[in-house]
Amino acid sequence: MYKILFLVLMPLFSLAQSNVQGKIIDKENTPIANVKITISELNTILYSDENGSFTLIQGNRNLILILEKEGFQKLEIQQSVKSDFTIQLEKTASDNNIATVTIVKKQNTLGRKQKAVTNTQHLSQGELQKAACCNLSESFETNPSIDVNFSDAVTGNKQIKMLGLTSPYILMSEENIPAIRGALQATGLNFIPGTWAESIQITKGAGSVVNGYESISGQINYELLKPCSEVPFYANTYASNDGRYELNTHFANKYSDKVSSLLLVHGNTRNIKNDMNHDGFLDNPLGKQVNILNRWQYNNAEKGIVSFLNIKYFSDEKTGGTINDNSHEMVMNPNLWTSHVNTDKIEISNKIGYVYPDMPFQSIGFQQAFQYNKMHSEFGDKTHHIHHKNYFSNLIFNSIINNTKHKFITGLNFNYDTFEEHLEANFMAEYDRIDTSIGSFFEYSFDNLNNFSFVLGARADNHNRLGLFFTPRAHVKYNPFEKTTFRFSAGRGKRASNIFAENINVLASSRDIVIKNDNGKLYGLNPEIAWNYGTSFIQKFYLFGKENELVVDYYKTDFSNQIVVDLENARQVTFSNLKGKSFAESFQIEWNINLMTHLNVRTAYKYLNVKTDYATGLLDKPLQAKNRFFANIAYETHILDKGKQWKFDATFNWIGQQRLPNTQANPVQYQLSEHTPSYQLVNAQITRTFSSTFEMYFGTENLGNFKQKNAIIASDNPNSPYFDSTMIYGPVFGTMYYAGIRFKIKDKKEQNNINH
Amino acid sequence: MKKMVLVVVFALLGMNVNAQEQLNKNKKVEVEVNGNCDMCKKRIEKAAYSVKGVKSATWHVDHQDLHLIIDETKCTVLDVEKAIAKVGHDTKDIKATAEQYEKIHGCCKYRTDEVH
Repeated sequence: MYKILFLVLMPLFSLAQSNVQGKIIDKENTPIANVKITISELNTILYSDENGSFTLIQGNRNLILILEKEGFQKLEIQQSVKSDFTIQLEKTASDNNIATVTIVKKQNTLGRKQKAVTNTQHLSQGELQKAACCNLSESFETNPSIDVNFSDAVTGNKQIKMLGLTSPYILMSEENIPAIRGALQATGLNFIPGTWAESIQITKGAGSVVNGYESISGQINYELLKPCSEVPFYANTYASNDGRYELNTHFANKYSDKVSSLLLVHGNTRNIKNDMNHDGFLDNPLGKQVNILNRWQYNNAEKGIVSFLNIKYFSDEKTGGTINDNSHEMVMNPNLWTSHVNTDKIEISNKIGYVYPDMPFQSIGFQQAFQYNKMHSEFGDKTHHIHHKNYFSNLIFNSIINNTKHKFITGLNFNYDTFEEHLEANFMAEYDRIDTSIGSFFEYSFDNLNNFSFVLGARADNHNRLGLFFTPRAHVKYNPFEKTTFRFSAGRGKRASNIFAENINVLASSRDIVIKNDNGKLYGLNPEIAWNYGTSFIQKFYLFGKENELVVDYYKTDFSNQIVVDLENARQVTFSNLKGKSFAESFQIEWNINLMTHLNVRTAYKYLNVKTDYATGLLDKPLQAKNRFFANIAYETHILDKGKQWKFDATFNWIGQQRLPNTQANPVQYQLSEHTPSYQLVNAQITRTFSSTFEMYFGTENLGNFKQKNAIIASDNPNSPYFDSTMIYGPVFGTMYYAGIRFKIKDKKEQNNINH
Repeated sequence: MKKMVLVVVFALLGMNVNAQEQLNKNKKVEVEVNGNCDMCKKRIEKAAYSVKGVKSATWHVDHQDLHLIIDETKCTVLDVEKAIAKVGHDTKDIKATAEQYEKIHGCCKYRTDEVH
């Protein structure tokens, strides 16, 4: 610990001139030693050392470097010396004398897109590998913008929140096709293995109209691995001490320079019964999952055509509840209570894009997806079945008005959903419905190529249950100075809530389900409508020669109608239209520092004020921390010969008090306090890369061994009217350790190059 | 809605018309333009876009060239070069006058080897 502190403080004390490091590498990433570097402006000649490195004095300017080395092409290059940089030299080829050069700036794994008009963060694969992100819902644990919640011990699914709102209010798309909707809205992210994602884009606030009208608090888009750029074979295994085992294998095949395919196979299982908090219930449900994706890509650069075809299948099974054997005799439960959740999905999607060869700024694209989702849940004596079929298609045309300062996107989309839903709880009901919508959108963007840009978008949709409606969205970006960015966004969203699928965890309680029927078209209720406004400010600056970034943002979501899930009566869960007001305010301040080469620190404080008018008055949203603090420190060593490297990553989370729903109506032993205690979590991971094809990682979550007491109300008597497993605000398992390996086989061509 | 369809249809029609005409509405040209830095890039591209008919303009510092897509029925490459020389940057055919060159920022002085 002291050592880390020392490392952190060291650079702050060295106030003197700071240096930047340049590195010279060849195409295979191998450092080149003894390169002659001439800088005529400084009258200096330097030579790179055996790591290919050389040092210059940091400054806010560009230098012209001349790089010479026998066997390599001479290179004259203009280079900024603000931060560390890497220059790639090309070997002299006898038949080819054209100098090509690539500057590989040390890319942060988590970047804010400075060019984008929207407040969008880009998470690369490096960021995804910083934690045990077995699936996408866990991949946000190193990111302050998104909160990963602890879901109930019964379903084992983790939910995410953005700006204080749960995933139904976030539009989630896979390569810009709305992906996690309907039956799987709440649980879907858990079914996308982390290794499948190439990158993730998180947009806070109103999103683009191109992807639909449903987004309210933001958008999350994930890009899958691309067949044309994957290695022939990749494998990843993972095991943790809570009994979870995962295996990922990827197979890529290039049939020609145009056609390639990728087969992704994921399997996981949890087969150890754990009860670390001694309540007689499993801490995590047992389960198994098979998940397969086959992708085909067709690329024709001359004709400007790119096309993808995806076929996906998965099947997941989870069993939770009381421990029904004598393995934990002490806490053997006299009353049995079990849960089973089976989820299956089949999806076929394809897209085709065409870029006009003589007009690179104009393109036309078509995408379509068909999916079938099935979720069968049994929680004690409650049963919920949902079958959801969906067809989505989208035609998009991109072009310019006069010149590339004025761009527009326009198109049409069509969406068709059928739901067959069956519920058995305190009453029995069928909720079958067919939803169709057709819409058109137009989005104009302006960029003055200097410091100001904006995007104005609107769409009109005709939906059989939501009616004919208009969705406007606006985004503005202004850079008064080079390192200062202001953004503003506003927009409207509207959606049909699938109340049971989105709140499936409330079934894991003895609460009676009550729907306050208002003769609406969705479960007797009306669609949800909200406006979101937000502003953000980013300032980059140098302090003691270190690169700093300060990000402040504020967003407010105002609901005109919301499906209010009221848990304030301990005997009931009530679904009703909003009567009164409901809003979510989010204020976040983030400070990121690049302390030295390869040492980055991120800190964030977040204030969330989420309030809704319940039957008993305007209250804070339950199980939502008002204050949170986040810190992440990441360090990596220089890449040595053959790619040897160490990577260290640690995340600290402080989660403030959260309001608990009223439990006064319960007998004293089943009552909860008004608020949860605040608590801290520390996660850490070490990755050792042995070569560019093999690495191992070890990590831990919840190092402080925090365990929520009383996670399940009336766990000793689950068949009583007091039983409730929805009050989970923290981990129930305690410290978790995990380890895994990543292995790949590179292309034959690349291999040959390395052997040379 | 109807308007949107019209926009799409017109854009597609526009494409077909192009093919038959002598003057190319989407002529790709690369022309040498001298400059130094990001400030130069902004100035050069801004000047290029000020010419009616320039659809796309991207200047590359490492190759000292400007990639243009222009509508030949509305302007010529020479028009663009003139506009760029006016803001102080030498192009292949037209050089900036000493007076025009003087006006550009110190760090953009590409004619001398020294960089401030």
